[in-house]
Amino acid sequence: MRVRRAYPPLSATSTSPPQGGRSLFSLFGSEVSADLPPCGGNVPKGQRGAVAAIAMLIAIMLAPLPAFAVNPDEVLPDPALETRARAISAELRCMVCQNQSIDDSNADLAKDLRLLVRKRLTDGDSDSQVLDYLVSRYGEFVLLKPRLGEKTYILWGAPIALLLAGGIAMGVYAVRRRGKPTGTRLTEDEQARLDRLLSE
Amino acid sequence: MIIELGHYALVLALATAIIVAVLPMLGARRLDQAMMDVARPGSLALFLLVAFSFGTLTYAHVVSDFSVANVWENSHSMMPTVFKVSGVWGNHEGSMMLWLLILSLFSALVALFGRNLPDTLRANVLAVQAWISVAFLFFILLTSNPFTRLYPAPAEGKDLNPVLQDIGLAIHPPLLYLGYVGFSVCFSFAVAALIEGRIDAAWARWVRPWTLAAWICLTAGIAMGSYWAYYELGWGGWWFWDPVENASFMPWLAGTALLHSALVMEKRDALKIWTVLLAILTFSLSLLGTFLVRSGVLTSVHAFASDPTRGVFILCILLIFIGGALSLFALRAPRLTAGGLFAPISREGALVLNNLILTVACGTVLIGTLYPLALETLTDDKISVGPPFFNMTFGLLMIPLLVAVPFGPMLAWKRGDLLGALQRLYVAAGLAFVAALVLFYLQHGGPVMAVLGLAAGLFLIFGAAADLWFRAGIGKVSADLAWRRFSGLPRSAFGSALAHAGLGVTVLGIVAVSTFETENILDMKPGSSTELGGYSLHFDGMKPGLGPNFTEDRGTFTVSRGGVSVATVSSAKRIFTARKSATTEAGILTFGFSQLYVSLGDAGKDGSIVVRIWWKPMIVCIWGGAVLMALGGMISLSDRRLRVGAPSRRAKPLRAAMEPAE
Repeated sequence: MRVRRAYPPLSATSTSPPQGGRSLFSLFGSEVSADLPPCGGNVPKGQRGAVAAIAMLIAIMLAPLPAFAVNPDEVLPDPALETRARAISAELRCMVCQNQSIDDSNADLAKDLRLLVRKRLTDGDSDSQVLDYLVSRYGEFVLLKPRLGEKTYILWGAPIALLLAGGIAMGVYAVRRRGKPTGTRLTEDEQARLDRLLSE
Repeated sequence: MIIELGHYALVLALATAIIVAVLPMLGARRLDQAMMDVARPGSLALFLLVAFSFGTLTYAHVVSDFSVANVWENSHSMMPTVFKVSGVWGNHEGSMMLWLLILSLFSALVALFGRNLPDTLRANVLAVQAWISVAFLFFILLTSNPFTRLYPAPAEGKDLNPVLQDIGLAIHPPLLYLGYVGFSVCFSFAVAALIEGRIDAAWARWVRPWTLAAWICLTAGIAMGSYWAYYELGWGGWWFWDPVENASFMPWLAGTALLHSALVMEKRDALKIWTVLLAILTFSLSLLGTFLVRSGVLTSVHAFASDPTRGVFILCILLIFIGGALSLFALRAPRLTAGGLFAPISREGALVLNNLILTVACGTVLIGTLYPLALETLTDDKISVGPPFFNMTFGLLMIPLLVAVPFGPMLAWKRGDLLGALQRLYVAAGLAFVAALVLFYLQHGGPVMAVLGLAAGLFLIFGAAADLWFRAGIGKVSADLAWRRFSGLPRSAFGSALAHAGLGVTVLGIVAVSTFETENILDMKPGSSTELGGYSLHFDGMKPGLGPNFTEDRGTFTVSRGGVSVATVSSAKRIFTARKSATTEAGILTFGFSQLYVSLGDAGKDGSIVVRIWWKPMIVCIWGGAVLMALGGMISLSDRRLRVGAPSRRAKPLRAAMEPAE
């Protein structure tokens, strides 16, 4: 069955260059992705050398054009289940792409993961069970919104810490400044003019 | 030959930049007029040399001189000329040349328009600018030389990445760089002021037009990039929280904060230390963005480690400039005197809140972008920080800001009256809420948050209108007087009202499209139809086509509403011959502020093709709002009081504080 296919370990997938960035701006100059089609060009993984390069070229020519992510044959008949599947897909990373969720990516791996998510949902898993299953298989890397844990306390805590620090700094500054003279002092000329005006 | 001249001009530019970096700064220290006078002609000469060098590279691209490696790698003789030109910066070396060109352009502009700056300040500013030029000239000449020749010269080029063969590449990077690099002027002003150890309201007034100009370009550049990705990538997404997008968004957030804090400094002589720090940080974020994009560190930490020359070079530039500027700041900031006092509820207080939230938002984006890199480097653990994280944290931070924006301009300087501002805004708030409910019912369905989001957007728009309304005193004074007061308002008042309303329009678009968007994914055969967003699409069929350097399959759809055909839309799949790579050209139809977005997928064996159609309600508002923001900035920039060059009379800051301010 397709969805039960064994996946190459992460280390193998991460050596193949990410295919196509999400931002056009990232494309320039980043030679890594410049020669590759946008995610989903069905580029065979792990081939090396000139022969492999030619094979890859042919594969690209013969391969179907980059399609968009979700295909009609993947859509579940139950709309409620499909909505859940889409929501979960948007939280999962396509691990061979650069910063793309599996919901947006055309890569083979993303398609397999989408089918896997839908399979688990039709089998009666809850949303969190599906996510747990994927994390157990691929590690935390698959989640686009990292879970709160030892590794991510700083990440999740940062906005709150920054806000508190900024607020406290403002408060301290305001209290310390209270009652102190403000603005620039008058120059001697100005003081003299003021004295003259007041004495008139 | 011309190419070699361009290369030579770049070396000359380096020599010139070194002179401009050293002599005027020494001159300012010794109060030596002759040495300081080197700065202006030197900066102009630097710009002309860089422009000439850039021109020769452009020439090589336009005439398809494939003996130049850069042209061979990124161009093709059959490409339309406009893409040949934009292809100059569609690659690493060329984009660094564009960076340098714009940097030297800003130096030249300061040299030209900075006539009424004090001599020492101008000399220091131009010297600091030249230091940055020196660093990037070294970077280009040593690690990213665009003038390398090939022998023998290949007959045909490798073509530009097809996704980049778009008018977007001609507009987006120059605008973005004008913004990004424009903040270098603020940085140079800040460093120059720290070197001199003197900083006052006049300084803020000199810096503000430059901040505003850079901010306008960055706003337009980011919006343009977002629209480009939207129509070119064929996903229909418009913002991805991609690290590269974040790299341009962070300077925008910091720059927006700087714009507002410089206002406080200019009018009230307060927040001086903070404004100087913000000016340094904004450009530091631009440098950091350059590092992130150019070093390849984002693609993979390992890719960076395997070829670190460029990355390490930019990292050094980053450390020297940010580290140097911050050390100088730490050394000199305590000597700067604090300015005017203000109560927490006041215009200044509101602007401080603006700064707090924008800075925290910027910090959140920064940490979210760098965290996975840092974690992987330190612990080898891989995690992803993607759109769901940013939407949640950034979104939450923006809510209080959006609610607070209309109050800011309504509060008085020094000590404001929140109750009074509330009274003036309750009509706007009420209208916003009612309009949000109406919009909600019109579009029906969707969570309660959407109503609040829509209300926030509309509140910004009505609040901006209310600001102008009450300033003119409409309804309180005679119509005649109100009109005279209205037309007599400073342009910056109109500018800020328009920019705030533009922010509201963008918020409306974002909320509407993320809540009410509908999509339809299906197999279509020629002759079949489907419905979406109240429109019916009839698939007329596929037709092959031929472009200058690509072949395409184009599918055409007739769109009708209520049985009456209103338009046709076509989407294509292109194959670029040179690279054998493919792109999807989305078909987009605009109805009012909403769009119908059609994209083609895989063809089936039975003549059917996968079609994906989105109905994107009010999506144009997202970019329309950004355009309004940029327009608001331009109107503000045209204000008499802010015209480039700023105060000719020293007494002005005093008077300005009493004028109705923006």
